Amino acid sequence: MAFLEISNLKKSFGAVDILKGIDLDLDKGGFLVLVGPSGCGKSTLLNTIAGLESITSGDISIDGQVVNDLHPSKRDIAMVFQSYALYPNMTVGQNIAFALEMRGVSKAEREAAVDKVAKTLQITHLLHRKPSQLSGGQRQRVAMGRALVRDPRIFLFDEPLSNLDAKLRVDMRIEIKRLHQTTGTTIVYVTHDQIEAMTLATKIAVLKDGEVQQVGTPAQIYNTPSNLFVADFMGSPAMNLIEGTIALENGAARVVLTRANAASISLSLPAMETAITDGQKVILGIRPEAITDPASADHNSKHIDIINAHVDVVEPAGADTFVVTHIAGKEVTARLRADIDVMSGQAIDFAFNMDKAVLFDPASTRRIA
Amino acid sequence: MSVDALLKAPAAEPSRSTATTRVVIYGLLLLFAAIYILPLAVMVMTSLKPLDEVTGGNMFALPHDLTFQPWVQAWGKACVGLTCEGIKGYFGNSLKMVIPAVLISTLMGSLNGYVLTKWQFRGHRLVFGLMLFACFIPFQSVLIPMATILGKFGAFGEYLTETVGWDFGFGAPTENLVIVHVVYGLGFTTLFFRNYYDAFPTELVKAGMMDGASFFQIYRRILLPNSTPIFIVTVIYQFTNIWNDFLFGATFAAGDAMPMTVALNNVVNTSTGVVEYNVNMAAAIIAALPTLFVYIVAGRYFVRGLMAGAVKG
Repeated sequence: MAFLEISNLKKSFGAVDILKGIDLDLDKGGFLVLVGPSGCGKSTLLNTIAGLESITSGDISIDGQVVNDLHPSKRDIAMVFQSYALYPNMTVGQNIAFALEMRGVSKAEREAAVDKVAKTLQITHLLHRKPSQLSGGQRQRVAMGRALVRDPRIFLFDEPLSNLDAKLRVDMRIEIKRLHQTTGTTIVYVTHDQIEAMTLATKIAVLKDGEVQQVGTPAQIYNTPSNLFVADFMGSPAMNLIEGTIALENGAARVVLTRANAASISLSLPAMETAITDGQKVILGIRPEAITDPASADHNSKHIDIINAHVDVVEPAGADTFVVTHIAGKEVTARLRADIDVMSGQAIDFAFNMDKAVLFDPASTRRIA
Repeated sequence: MSVDALLKAPAAEPSRSTATTRVVIYGLLLLFAAIYILPLAVMVMTSLKPLDEVTGGNMFALPHDLTFQPWVQAWGKACVGLTCEGIKGYFGNSLKMVIPAVLISTLMGSLNGYVLTKWQFRGHRLVFGLMLFACFIPFQSVLIPMATILGKFGAFGEYLTETVGWDFGFGAPTENLVIVHVVYGLGFTTLFFRNYYDAFPTELVKAGMMDGASFFQIYRRILLPNSTPIFIVTVIYQFTNIWNDFLFGATFAAGDAMPMTVALNNVVNTSTGVVEYNVNMAAAIIAALPTLFVYIVAGRYFVRGLMAGAVKG
C-alpha cells in the first residue's frame, strides 16, 4: 500500500465540480508534482490533502490511515504557501518555532530544533529578524524551515517559487531538490510551471478540469504523452502537432502531410505496437528537439527524414536556435544548433527524427502510438 | 519668435499663476482655520477670565486678570441641578461607562470580524448585512424598546439581589449605559474589523491551522498583533461617540449616575443666580478634554488606519 493514497476523490462547490474523481498514490520518499493550467483543481487537491478544504466524496489516506475528517493539525502535514504566509509580528525564529510551541514542545527543545533547521537552510543569521526585513529568497527559506522543523509525514508545496524572480527560482528549485535528496521526505508539490515539474518530480500528475490526464515519471510524461493536452502542455517550446494521413506501403507505415502549394510530405514511421490502417487520419506529434539541421541529427536514429521548408522566424536562444517554419498549415518549431546561419525567408533542410514521433487520434485526442 | 522662445513661453506663465493660486489657497485655508479655531479660542479665553470681565468686556479680548478659579469651580463646586459639588463625579461616571463600553464593543467587533472573514459559515453575508443595518438605525427609534429591555434587566437584578444577594450590575444605570452602547456600537465595530480582516491574508490563518493553533490561538497570536491600526481607529471612534452621547445618557441614567454630557447640560441650564459663563466654558472644555486627548495620542494612527486595507499589500 502506498504511503499517500487518494482514491476517487471528488470535491464540488455547490453545483460546480472542481475535482472529478482523482486517483493518485505516492510512495514514501517520493516527489509528486501536480501540474496543470490555472483552474485545473491542483491547488484545491493540495488543500484537501492538507485538510484545509473538506472533500465531497472519496478517500485520502496517509500511511494506511484515512484522514478525510482529520483536522489539518492532526494530519502531521506541513505546508509551504505560495505567499510564504510568515507571521509578520514574529521573528524568523519564532515563526519556525510556532508549530512546536502550539504542540507544547519545551522551550529548550524548540530552540535546539530551530537551530538545527536554521543550519540546514543557512538562515542562522536571520533568526532574530522580522519577515519584512527579508528578501524573497530568504522568506522562501524561512517558509521551508517552518515546515521542516516539524519533521512531518508529508510536505506540501503550493507554487512556492512563483513569487521569485527567474534566477532565484532556478536556485531555489535546485535547493528544494537537494533538500528532498538529503532528507528523503515525501513531497507533494503544486506548480503550473512544467519545467519545475520535470526537474523536481519523481512522479508527475497532469491535471485538467479536475481530472488527471496522465500520471507517470517525467520521462514517460515527456516522451509518451497520453493525449494531446499533455503533449501540448508539457515541454517548452511545445510539441509540434501536425495533422496527417497514414499510408501503408509494402508493410512500412508512413505519415503523409499535405501542403497547400507544394508537394505533400511523406515521413517514415517506426514499427508501431498498435495497428494503424491505410488512410487513417492522425495527428503527428514531434518535439522541437527531434527536428534539427541534418548535420546535428541523432545518428543512432533509424528513421531520419529530410524535409526542405521555408524559415519563417529565427529565435536565437543562446544554447540553441529555434526556427519556426510552416508545414501542412501548422507552425512547426525546430531546434537547430546555436551557431547555425539561417535567415527568415530562406529554404533549408530539416531533419525529422521519426523515432521520437508519436501519433494521436484526432477524434479521441488519445495517443495511438 | 524663435522656436526656443515658443518652447519656453508656456513654462514661464504657469509659474506666475501658480504663485497667485498659492496665495489664494493658503489665504483661504488660514481664514477657514481661524473660523474653526475661534469658538475654542473664545471658550478658553472666557474660562480664564473673572465673571465681571466676561459680562462687561469684549468676548474676543484676551483675559486681563488671568484666573483659574472658573476651572476649580466647574470641577468641584458648580451646581448640577440641586447639588453643587461640581462635575467631577459625572466625569467619573462617564469614564466608568466609556472604558468598559469601548473595550467590550471593540473586542467583540474584532471577534465578529474574525469569524465573518476567516471562519465563514453559511449565511455569513446575511449576518454581516444585518449587522451593517444596525449602523443605520436612528437612536430615537430604539429608546422605548431599549427602555423595556432595561426594565426587564432591572427586574432580573432585583430577583438576583433577593436570591443571591447581588444584582451583578443588572439594572444599575451605568451598567445599563454600557450595555446600550455596546449593542449600538457593535454594528460599527464589526464593520471596521470585517473590512480590515477581509484584506488580512487568509494564508496566515491557514498556516496557523497547519501549525496546530486553535481558533483563539490564531486570533490572539496571529490576528491581534497585526490589528493595531484598526484597533486604534475603532477605539477613537467608539470613545468619541460614547463619550459625546447625550440621548442615551439623558434617557437611561438620571441623578447621580448621569454621564458628563448630561451633567454639562444641567450646569449650563441651571436657572438660579447669574449665568457664570466662565464656569460653563471651563466645564465644557473639561467635558471635551478626553476625546481631545484620545485624538492627540492616537490620531496619527487614525488616518493610517482608515487608509489601511484600501490598497492591498
